[in-house]
Amino acid sequence: MHRRGVGAGAIAKKKLAEAKYKERGNVLAEDQIVQMSKQLETFKSNLEEFASKHKQEIRKSSQFRVQFQEMCATIGVDPLASGKGFWSEMLGVGDFYYELGVQIIEVCLALKHRNGGLITLDELHQRVLKGRGKYAQDVSQDDLVRAIKKLKVMGSGFGMIPVGGSYLVQSVPAELNMDHTVVLQLAEKKGYVTVSEIKDSLKWEKERACHVLDHLLKEGLAWLDSQAAGESQYWLPALFSELTSRDVTPEEANQMTP
Amino acid sequence: MDRFSWSNGLLEINETLVIQQRGVRLYDGDDKAKLDVGVVLLSTHRLIWRDVKNHECCIAMPLSQILFFEEQAAGIGKSAKIVIHLHPTLTNKEPGPYQHSKYSFIKLSFKEHGQIEFYRRLTEEMTQKRWENTPVSQPIPTGTGSQAGRTRAVGIVGIERKIEEKRKETDKNISEAFEDLSKLMVKVKNAKEMVELSRSIANKIKDKQGDITEDETIRFKSYLLSMGIANPVTRETHGSGTHYHLQLAKQLGDMLQAPLEERGGMMALTEVYCLVNRARGMELLSPEDLVNACKMFESLKLPLRLRVFDSGVMVVQLQSHSEEEMIASALDSVSDKGSLTAEEFAKLLGLSVLLSKERLLLAEKMGHLCRDDSVEGLRFYPNLF
Repeated sequence: MHRRGVGAGAIAKKKLAEAKYKERGNVLAEDQIVQMSKQLETFKSNLEEFASKHKQEIRKSSQFRVQFQEMCATIGVDPLASGKGFWSEMLGVGDFYYELGVQIIEVCLALKHRNGGLITLDELHQRVLKGRGKYAQDVSQDDLVRAIKKLKVMGSGFGMIPVGGSYLVQSVPAELNMDHTVVLQLAEKKGYVTVSEIKDSLKWEKERACHVLDHLLKEGLAWLDSQAAGESQYWLPALFSELTSRDVTPEEANQMTP
Repeated sequence: MDRFSWSNGLLEINETLVIQQRGVRLYDGDDKAKLDVGVVLLSTHRLIWRDVKNHECCIAMPLSQILFFEEQAAGIGKSAKIVIHLHPTLTNKEPGPYQHSKYSFIKLSFKEHGQIEFYRRLTEEMTQKRWENTPVSQPIPTGTGSQAGRTRAVGIVGIERKIEEKRKETDKNISEAFEDLSKLMVKVKNAKEMVELSRSIANKIKDKQGDITEDETIRFKSYLLSMGIANPVTRETHGSGTHYHLQLAKQLGDMLQAPLEERGGMMALTEVYCLVNRARGMELLSPEDLVNACKMFESLKLPLRLRVFDSGVMVVQLQSHSEEEMIASALDSVSDKGSLTAEEFAKLLGLSVLLSKERLLLAEKMGHLCRDDSVEGLRFYPNLF
């Protein structure tokens, strides 16, 4: 173990450092660390007391979770930073969100072949709930959003795009700039968009519209319907809703192909 | 249930869908309605329900029919419900599944959850009453008006009071928790001081002021970890990791050997996250824990590496699978087949599409492959230039 030097020379050196700091009105870092560890103990026992009474609320009430998160934000702590943090260990906050993270990743992966890695928050919410099963706790969209924010740190391309009052959740590292985003927002109402609509609404040149649409096609986020009456339509599977489609089972798909 | 009318389920011009939820069964008062489980949809104007198997079976009710509503918690073997109390039926109502009902309330039973979000949205819509501002092409009968007010029976008042009491009781439990939370917050104002304190310490460590030992730094970093305070202190040896991450890194080193071998020596970090947490079941790792642990592979001389591609994708790969090997094998496969897309390459190797794409991009970066980029997809050819 590293021993701080003893002996007259070391003592003198320390006295000099202390004097220097006192001059500047600074406190020694070592003393600060001791102070911090004391405060931490107090805090830990306060939290333990709270947890003994209210641990259940975290899992049961999404309102409570929101309040709790806001409290932590005001303090400047992130209760979800580590599974080893107090919050996780004593309140079980971590497990709730980390497990949700796993479920989100699995849903996005399972649907990627269909929507290219883009899904509405509503659909994600539905499917996560379905996957959790009857006896699991309900989760709100706020919960999903917080879990997704944490997933970003793993470089998986997770992000959220504001669209029509809610969000599209992106789960692949496709480059989507402002142009792509605004076209997605335009397509939100009907689930598809055409070059003319882009030109009319956004006042873009044809080249710019085509460039953006080609990129979405390439990334697998859009499908081209070139047989549509009038001009080609670019459909976004991510925006298909229950009202305009339903999932096709493999058996049904086989029946449909000649 | 006699407030509902048959509907085609299509939205009107000014009507917008707010939220939908599947797995919902309707109740006529306390009795299960003679309908199967279906999808409930909330629009700005109506409450719509549709049978999941038979899309023709669709009913709707204007939101103006709703008097008030509340949540009913789930119980053992019982799903959570929203109980909706209704104004009396209108005389000009279109026919629906029920001619009469002895109840003036219905329930939505959420067999696949979603009640929290649905309740929230319903509250919003009933507060905003958007149907009053945006009339739709087909007049939807409204339930408000002095006539409805006059016929409000005494019975309903009694029910309302009982429900209000029950609500207060539930609220009490929740609000006690919130009270304690605010009390905690006051105590935890000290936590704010602690955060500032920790920043001051971190700066000193960075500027190498004072005589802070390695041990003290490690101790300090573990305090930060416990509190969830962002850690600005990095050291050459272990980055921003702590003892905890060190141990984790060793565990991962053992645990990931076999899965990595099975997957061609490389796994996306999100895959690792799911694999590890599914195996643990409890005391799960946070995404940050995983990243910090993986960053330590090199310094611990474990045979794994964390690698970040240009796209930002992070993977864990086996040391034994060197870069040259991967590129050479990519070139072989492409030359063999003449050309390959990421999807084809993925099928060939049994890798995920994401990772096979990264390998092809890497080989391209090194000059061994070149691309043909079209709307049909990205295809790679051996570089003959």
